Amino acid sequence: MDVLTPRTLEEALTLKAVRPEAVPIQGGTDLMVSLNFDHLRPEVILNLNEVAELRGWSRENGVLRLGAGLTYTELLHGEVAEALPVLAEASRTVGSPQIRNRGTIGGNLGTASPAGDALPPLLVEEAEVELASTRGTRRVSLGEFLVGPKQNALSQDELIAAVVVAPSRQPQTFMKVGPRNAMVISVCSLALVADREHGELRAAYGSSGPVVGLVRAPLDEVGSFAERVAAAASPIDDVRGSAAYRRHALGVLAARALERCLA
Amino acid sequence: MTTAALSHGRAETATRRHDAVPKVRGEFAYANDLRAAGMLWGHTVRSPHAHARVVSIDTSEAARMPGVHAVLTHDDVPGRKTYGLDFPDQPVLASDRVRYFGEAVAIVAAEEPEQARRAAEAVRVEYEVLQPIVDPERATESEPLHPPGTTARHGFREDPRPNVVRAMVVTRGDIEAPADVTVSGVYEVGQQDQAFLGPESGLALPDGEGGVDIHVATQWTHVDRDQVAPCLALEPEQVRVHLAGVGGAFGGREDLSMQIHAALLALRTGRPVKMAYNRQESFVGHIHRHPARIWAEHRATKAGQLVSVRMRILLDGGAYASSSEAVLSNACSFAIGPYAVENVEIDGLVVYTNNPPCGAMRGFGAVQTCFAAEAQMDRLAAGLGIDPVELRLLNALEPGGRLATGQVITGSLPTREVIRRAAALPIPEPEELPRDVLRLPGGAGNTTRGEGVRRGVGFAVGFKNLCYSEGFDDYCTARVRLSADGAAEVYCASAEVGQGVHDVILGVARRELGTDDVELVTGSTADVGSAGSTSASRMTWMAAGAVQLACRDALEEQERAGGGEVDVERVYRHPRTFPLDPETGQTTGERSHVAFAVAAMRVVVEVDVELGLTRVVWIGTAQDVGNALNPVAVEGQIEGGTAQGLGLALMEEIQTRDGAILNPNFTDYLMPTFLDMPPVVSDLVEEPEPDAPYGVKGVGEPPTVVSTAAIVSALRDATGRELARVPVRPDDVVGL
Repeated sequence: MDVLTPRTLEEALTLKAVRPEAVPIQGGTDLMVSLNFDHLRPEVILNLNEVAELRGWSRENGVLRLGAGLTYTELLHGEVAEALPVLAEASRTVGSPQIRNRGTIGGNLGTASPAGDALPPLLVEEAEVELASTRGTRRVSLGEFLVGPKQNALSQDELIAAVVVAPSRQPQTFMKVGPRNAMVISVCSLALVADREHGELRAAYGSSGPVVGLVRAPLDEVGSFAERVAAAASPIDDVRGSAAYRRHALGVLAARALERCLA
Repeated sequence: MTTAALSHGRAETATRRHDAVPKVRGEFAYANDLRAAGMLWGHTVRSPHAHARVVSIDTSEAARMPGVHAVLTHDDVPGRKTYGLDFPDQPVLASDRVRYFGEAVAIVAAEEPEQARRAAEAVRVEYEVLQPIVDPERATESEPLHPPGTTARHGFREDPRPNVVRAMVVTRGDIEAPADVTVSGVYEVGQQDQAFLGPESGLALPDGEGGVDIHVATQWTHVDRDQVAPCLALEPEQVRVHLAGVGGAFGGREDLSMQIHAALLALRTGRPVKMAYNRQESFVGHIHRHPARIWAEHRATKAGQLVSVRMRILLDGGAYASSSEAVLSNACSFAIGPYAVENVEIDGLVVYTNNPPCGAMRGFGAVQTCFAAEAQMDRLAAGLGIDPVELRLLNALEPGGRLATGQVITGSLPTREVIRRAAALPIPEPEELPRDVLRLPGGAGNTTRGEGVRRGVGFAVGFKNLCYSEGFDDYCTARVRLSADGAAEVYCASAEVGQGVHDVILGVARRELGTDDVELVTGSTADVGSAGSTSASRMTWMAAGAVQLACRDALEEQERAGGGEVDVERVYRHPRTFPLDPETGQTTGERSHVAFAVAAMRVVVEVDVELGLTRVVWIGTAQDVGNALNPVAVEGQIEGGTAQGLGLALMEEIQTRDGAILNPNFTDYLMPTFLDMPPVVSDLVEEPEPDAPYGVKGVGEPPTVVSTAAIVSALRDATGRELARVPVRPDDVVGL
C-alpha cells in the first residue's frame, strides 16, 4: 500500500489525477475502521492531512466556505457555530471528543452515509459542495452530490475541497436518536429550519432512507408538516432499529423541532 | 509497592492497586503486547455458515503463499480432536461439520499478520450448507447436532430428546396448594456479550524438547493446560500455561480460544506463534450469555405470602456445551430469588442449537431468572396492592430457611437487612428544567428538552451463590517460600482479571506473615498447583483461604525447623457440596451450594415515552458483602457490575440471523458510556460469612444479577408498560 502525502491542494489534485484509485484520508474515523476490519485494502491512500488549503473556513459576502478538513470540534464553537447552529448541534452528537477532534466535514461527505450527522444540517441550509480536480472546480448542490447510500457525485480525479453555504440565520435545530446517550450512530436524525424569511419549512432526515432526504413546505402548512416528514422517509429494518420506529420517531422529532423553532 | 495492612481483617486505608498506575498510563502489558524473537503470527480460518457439512479443505494454495510457514487442519491435531470445559464436544478444528458461525476450520502461521490473513483467505473450504437450528423451542424436535449421549452419564436427569445439553427439575411441596392470587408472565433475555476490552490474545513458544509454553489472557491457567495437553498429545507437565495481562474476562475467558491453535502452530513450525483476535473475531472467539425464555407463575395469599412458584426456563446453549449445564443448574437453583417458598416446580432445559455458543458470564444463569422473578414480584405486589418492598420483606429468605433445592441456609444471608437498607437510601429530587441535554433521555442527541419525559422508580433483589457447586472439587493452591531473613515469595495461580485479587493475596500474606516484604509470583502452571477459576465470585474467598493456610503453615514449619528457608504448598477447600438429585433437584447432602450473596437495588429513571429513550438518573444499592477486605475495590466491583447489568437492560445484545452475528463490532453492539451510567450509591452490608476466611464474600456478580431487573422495574414504573424482554428496545417503550 502506498501512502501519498501532498503538501498543497495542487499537488493533491495532481496525484489524484495520476492515481485516480487513491483513497483520500483526512481524519480517518471511517477509513481506518474499514482498514482495521480488513473491509478495504486500497492500493494507494492519499493523505490530505498536510494540505493547508483544506483546513479552516472563510466568509465572503455572507457566504461561508467551510474547508473539507474542518473538524467537528471546530464546528462546535465560535463564528461558524453562531452562523450554523444546526451544524453545531449535529457536531455535538458525533462520537466522542476524540472522534470529533479527528472527524471532518469532508469525510462525512466523502463517505456519504445516510447516517452522516453533518448531512441533514447542510441539506436544510441548502449547502453546495465544491469539488476540485486538475480540470478545475465545480459546485453541486448537496442534494445532487448525494446520489445513493455511500455513493456521491465525485469523479475519479476529484477531491472534496469545501462546503459552501449561505446561512439562513433562521430558527433551526438538529436532533438525533440513538439507544445510547452518546457515541452512537443515528437510528434516525432530523434537521429543521423554520425559514420565516422565505416562508418555508425545511427538514432533512438521516438514517431513514437510502440518502439523506429533504422535505419542504410553506410555513403556513406547519400543522401537517411533522406527518409529511415521517411519510417522506423510506426507512428499513436493520440492526440499529426498525422501520416502524424510525418513521414514528421522525414524526416526534419533527413536531418537537417545530415547537423549538416556532416558539 | 503498596501497603495493604489488613488489621481487623480490613485494609485500614484504601490501598492503591499495584496495577492501577501502569494501567492508567498505558504501560501495563496486556496479552496483546506479547512479543518474542522470531515470532510468527497465527490466523484462523472460520466458517461463514452456522451449519454446514465440510466437504473438503484445500490448503495447497495458502501453503505456497509468501511468508507462510504452516497451514493446519483437523488432520494435524495429534491428540484428542475435541475439547470442552465440561464435555469434550467442540472440535479443535472442524472436521466434517461446522455448527456455528465463526467456527474454526483451519489455522495459518506466517511471518506477518497480513500474510497470515491473506493465506487464511486462500484456504479453500467447500461447504454443503445445512438448515441451521436457530429456534431453541424447536431444538428438541430437530436433527441432533451432536452424537446422542454427548452430555449424558453426568448424573443429570435422563432426557432422550435430541439436542438436550441438560434438563432438570427442581420440585418441592405441593404445587397445587391453595392460594388467593395468581400472576404469570413470559420473559425473554437477549444474548449479551462479555465485551472485554482486550480481545483474545496469546503467545505460544516451543521449548525445543517437544513441549510448549503458552502465555495467554485466561481465567484459569490449569484448566487450560488440562484441556490443551491431550489435544497436543502431550503430558500436562509439557504444557506450561502462564497468565498474560488480562483485559477483562467476565466469564468469556473460561473456555479456550487460541490456546491450542497457537500451540499447534508453534510446535509445527518450531517458532513462537502469536495469535491476537480483532474485535470482530472476538465476537465469535468466545461464548456469550445464554438467551433465555422464561415462563413464571407466582401464587400467593391475600396477605402476600408466597404459596407456590412454577417456572419453565429455556436457555439457548448454542453449538457447544461449554458450561451450559452449570448455568442451567444455577438458573434453576436461584430462579425464585431470595424468598422462602414451600411449593416449587422449576423445569429447566438448555439445548444445543446453531446459534453462537453460550457459557459463563457474570451472574451465570441468575441474571436471566432474576429479571423474570423480580418482574413477577412487582406484578404480584401490584395485584395485591402491597408495597413491592414490603412484599419482598414479607417473603425474605433468611438463615434457617430453605432454597428451592431443599438446602437449609446455614451461613450468612442478611436478606431483610439488605432490602431495608437499599429501600432506605434517599432518592434524588427531580432536576429542574431547562437542563443541559446531557442530563436528559437521549443525551447528546438533543432529542428532548423535557417533552415526553416521565420519571420512574424501581426496586429489585438479586441472589446468587458463591464458588462452585454440586459436588465439584473446588480448591485453591498457594505456595509460600520464606527466606531466613523473613522475606517471602507467595505463589498463587489465581488469575487477576482486573478485579484486584492480586492485591487481596498480597494483603493476606502481609497480614499473616507480619511483614511487608512479600512478593507475589503468579500465573504459571509450572510453579504452583491450581487456583481454580477466577469465576463464580469465588477468587477472593479461595485465594485468601489458600494463602492464609500456606502462610500459617510456613511460619509454623520455619519455627519448628528453628529458622532457615522453608517452602510450603497448601491446598484450601471450601466446605464440601453435594449433587442435586436428578429427579427432584433436591440436594443429596447437607448442601449443593456453599454460600450465597444478596443485593438489593433502587433505581430512578427518566424515560422519554414518545421516543422510548432512557436516562438512568440514580442507582442506590445495598449488598451483602461479608467482610469487605477493601471497600474501595468492593465499590468498584459494584459499579462495574451494575454497568454491565444496565447494558443488558437497555442496549447490549448480539443480534443474529440464521445463526450469523449481525453486529460483531462496537459500532452496533452498544455498551453504556459515562453518559448512560449514573453514579452509584453503595451501602455495604457487612455480615461475615462463617465458612469463609476473614468472613469474606465474593462481590462481583450480585450487582450484575440485580441491576437489569431493577432498571427495568423503574422503566415499567415510568411507562406503565410490561417490558417483558431485555434489552428494552425503544419500540417496546413506545408500544410499536
